[in-house]
Amino acid sequence: MNILDSLQKLVMESGFASFFITDGGWKNLIMVLLAFALLYLGIVKKYEPLLLCGIAFGCLLTNLSYFVGQGENALYHPELWAAFLDETSPYYHSYGHIMSNAGLLDFFYIGVKAGIYPSLIFLGVGAMTDFGPLLANPKSLLLGAAAQLGVFLAFFLAICIGFTGPEAASIGIIGGADGPTAIYLTSKLAPQLLGPIAIAAYSYMALIPMIQPPLMKLMTTEKMRKVKMEQTREVSKKEKIIFPIVVATFVILLLPSTAPLIGCLMLGNLFRECGVTDRLSDTAQNALMNIVTIFLATSVGATMVAQSFLNWKTLMIIGLGLVSFMISTIGGLFGGRVMYRLSGGRINPLIGSAGVSAVPMAARVSQDVAKKYNKSNYLLMHAMGPNVAGVIGSAIAAGFLLSIFGG
Amino acid sequence: MNELINMSVGDAGMTAILGYLVVFSGLVLLMFVVMLVGKVMTSKAKAEPVPAAPAVEKTPEPAPGAAGELKLYDTDPRDAAMIMAIVADALGKPINELRFISIKEVKDDEV
Repeated sequence: MNILDSLQKLVMESGFASFFITDGGWKNLIMVLLAFALLYLGIVKKYEPLLLCGIAFGCLLTNLSYFVGQGENALYHPELWAAFLDETSPYYHSYGHIMSNAGLLDFFYIGVKAGIYPSLIFLGVGAMTDFGPLLANPKSLLLGAAAQLGVFLAFFLAICIGFTGPEAASIGIIGGADGPTAIYLTSKLAPQLLGPIAIAAYSYMALIPMIQPPLMKLMTTEKMRKVKMEQTREVSKKEKIIFPIVVATFVILLLPSTAPLIGCLMLGNLFRECGVTDRLSDTAQNALMNIVTIFLATSVGATMVAQSFLNWKTLMIIGLGLVSFMISTIGGLFGGRVMYRLSGGRINPLIGSAGVSAVPMAARVSQDVAKKYNKSNYLLMHAMGPNVAGVIGSAIAAGFLLSIFGG
Repeated sequence: MNELINMSVGDAGMTAILGYLVVFSGLVLLMFVVMLVGKVMTSKAKAEPVPAAPAVEKTPEPAPGAAGELKLYDTDPRDAAMIMAIVADALGKPINELRFISIKEVKDDEV
C-alpha cells in the first residue's frame, strides 16, 4: 500500500467525509447542529442545564461517531438495540450480545433500558423533598390528581393521530412534567421515541415560567389570585417518618407496576426524615444524584440518532407534549377553582398549576404569579403540597399505563 | 396484544377515562390514609402527658422582644440576616415584630 492509498483510506474513513458519502450522512450534520443549539440553550439560556448539557453532548457524540454502514467506531449502536427488542431476532433481550459489541454509550444506555437511572433519580428526589406541606394539607393530593388530565388527553389525541398504544402512552406522560418518569415509561414502552420525548419533557419543564402564567390568568379571576391562604399546621417528625412507609405500602399494593419509582422515591424520603441515615440521605441527594444524572443525560442524548430522530413523528411528539403539558396545567387550575368554591374562597386556585410536578419550579411560578397581585401573599409552601403530590400522581399514571401496555 | 398496539379510538377513549379515574381514586384513597395517619398522630401527641422539664436544664427565657431560636438549614447566618431584612422590608413591618422559625435553602434541581 503506498502513501497515497493510505491517505485516501484515512480521508474516506473520517467523519468529515462520512457526512457526505454515507447514506443519510447529511442528517448527522443536522443533528450535530441541533446538539450545538441544545448546548447553547443549556449553557447560555440555562434551560435545565444539568440535564440538557449531557443530553446535547450525548447527541453530539452519537452523531459524530455513528454513520449508516460504518458502525465499528460508534459509541452507540441503534441496530444492536433494535435486535435486542426484535422478538424474531436471535439476540432478543440478549444483554450478552449488547455487551460484546457495545460502544461506551451503549454501556451507559443499559442503565436506562433496565430502568435503573430513573429509579435512582427518584431516590435522590425523595431525599431532597420535604413532604411536610402535603402532610399539613392532604387535600393537595386532589390537585396532584387533577393535573394528570393532560397525560390521558394527550394519550387519546396521539392514538387519534395514528401512534400505537405504547407510543401514545409514552407521549402522554410528558404532561406529568416529570423527566425520570417519562424516561422510565418510554424506555419500557417505546424506546425508539426516547430522544424526542426526553427533549420535549425537559424543554417544557424549563419553559414553565413562560407556559403557565398565561393559563393561570385565563383560568382564574383577579379576586381568586389575591386570596391569602392560612398558615398550615406544623407537622411532627413522627408523621414525616411514617409517611414514606405508608405511601410505599399503599401505592405499591394498589398498582404494583409503580414499585420501582414509588419505592425509590419513598426510600430516599425515609433516608431524609428518619434521622439516623443522614450520610445516606446526603449521598442520595448529592453524589449519587449527580453521577446518575451524567449517565442518564448522556445515554438519553445518545439515542438521538439522525436516522430515527429526523422524521415527522418527532415534530408530532413535540407538539403533543406541549398540548399535554398545557392541559395538565389547566386540569390543576380547574381543580384549584373547584377547591376555591368548596372552601368558601379560602384556597387560592393558583396552587393548582403546581400539581404538574416539576418540583420546585411549578410551585415557584404559583408564588410569583400570586405575588404580582398581592405583594404580601406567600403561596410557596401551599403550592409545594400539590407540587409533590404531582410527583406521586405522575408515577401512578405511569404505573397504570405500564400495566396496560407493558405486556 | 395486537389490539393494544393498534388501538381503536373508542378503546383509547375508554382507556384514557379509566386511567384518569384510577389516578384520581388512588390519590383520593391516599389522601384519606394520610388524613387518618395525621389524625392518629395528632391525637396521640395530645394524649401524651408533657414531661416536666428538670429545673437545672431549663433554657433561659428569650429576652423581651426577641422571637426565640431560629433554625438554619444549609444557610449561613449572614444570608439568613439578609433574607430576614428583605422579608421585613417587603412586608413593610419592623423586623422585631416578625417571627422567623426556620430558613432553608431550596435546591435548584428539578424533578
